[in-house]
Amino acid sequence: MASDKAKGPELGQTFIAGLWKENPVFRLLLGMCPTLAVTAAVRPALTMGCCVIFVLVCSNIVVSLMRNLLKPHLRILMFTLAIATFVTIADLFLKAFQPDMSEVLGPYVPLIIVNCIIICRAEACASKNGMVVSIIDAVGMGLGFTLTLCVLAGVRELLSTGMILDTKVMPEAFVPWAAMSMPVGAFITLGLMLGLVNIITKEAS
Amino acid sequence: MDTLSILLMGFISIVIINNLVFTKFLGICPYLGVSGRIDMAFGMGLAVTFVVTLSGMLTWMIDHWVLMRMGLEVTRYVCFILVIASSVQLVEMYLRKFFPSLYESFGIFLPLITTNCAILGLCLFINLWEIDNLLEAVVLSFGAGIGFTMAICIMAGIRENLNMADVPESLKGAPITLITAGILTLAFMGFAGMIR
Repeated sequence: MASDKAKGPELGQTFIAGLWKENPVFRLLLGMCPTLAVTAAVRPALTMGCCVIFVLVCSNIVVSLMRNLLKPHLRILMFTLAIATFVTIADLFLKAFQPDMSEVLGPYVPLIIVNCIIICRAEACASKNGMVVSIIDAVGMGLGFTLTLCVLAGVRELLSTGMILDTKVMPEAFVPWAAMSMPVGAFITLGLMLGLVNIITKEAS
Repeated sequence: MDTLSILLMGFISIVIINNLVFTKFLGICPYLGVSGRIDMAFGMGLAVTFVVTLSGMLTWMIDHWVLMRMGLEVTRYVCFILVIASSVQLVEMYLRKFFPSLYESFGIFLPLITTNCAILGLCLFINLWEIDNLLEAVVLSFGAGIGFTMAICIMAGIRENLNMADVPESLKGAPITLITAGILTLAFMGFAGMIR
């Protein structure tokens, strides 16, 4: 792992890439199910983001440590088993210390196992790189995912209740849009946001 | 209510009212990715229906007859994902041996089913709803597969026509698909409350 140390600027690049250039939700369209399902309010979105960061970092570490031992055809199965183990840890932790959040998120915490972001990073980054690069990549991607979730959840919570994290933001006369907290709101907000990202990209280039 | 009507109610409920795609956001990745052409969408739907029925049944049996009796609920997720991955593998081997033409036409979709969240999601929901009867679990799993097939076929039909529509440049591709999906869920919300 001596080669990792020489590449300081490149590590920074890897970290930044996850935030915007290769943002998992906006650019790679990965992990759509939790993105749509847990973003009715900011608090569950934030919890979900933290769980994903934890699982992503741990599974990237394990995968990058065992990358030379893996047989190609058993690769994906081993990734999935490693991920499932860490998801179980995260789920038990939430049940013990954040029982009400665990109740709200329900089956979407165990569903992190089949979240494409995590398998994609294990396959595309951790199975080819050393531990340091893998950790940086995992943190960058995880933060990118969490930020996206929070932005989406912020918009939906603001429009569906007029509040963000229990603080009233909208004026008294604001009529809450009930549809925003339903599945419809999730799909349409994300669709419009992707369109906005496309416009910004085009302006920039 | 007798058993038959409970089963029928459960089936209709999971196909239309509690459709996994429209109300639980499960299986969104293939729903957006494979819904470009209607024949591919239908093939994917059938493959998912088969795997979800098989793994719904197997996970219920393992959960109730092995894990709960031995107090090993902690390993539930690991067991579930193992069962799903191996049943996908089983289906793949079976198809390759006995129906090579069908296997060719499924192509890359078969291995992808392992990471389809609709399947693990359904196994978890069966556990969450505390279904304590094997037949009910099988009917629910089959219904979930049919519901997924229906959703992805409707979407594919719309998208084939969408190709001819004049969509704003920045909304082309994924964004307009998501917005269409949103409007579809709005339509399906009309069924809410039909049963209980």
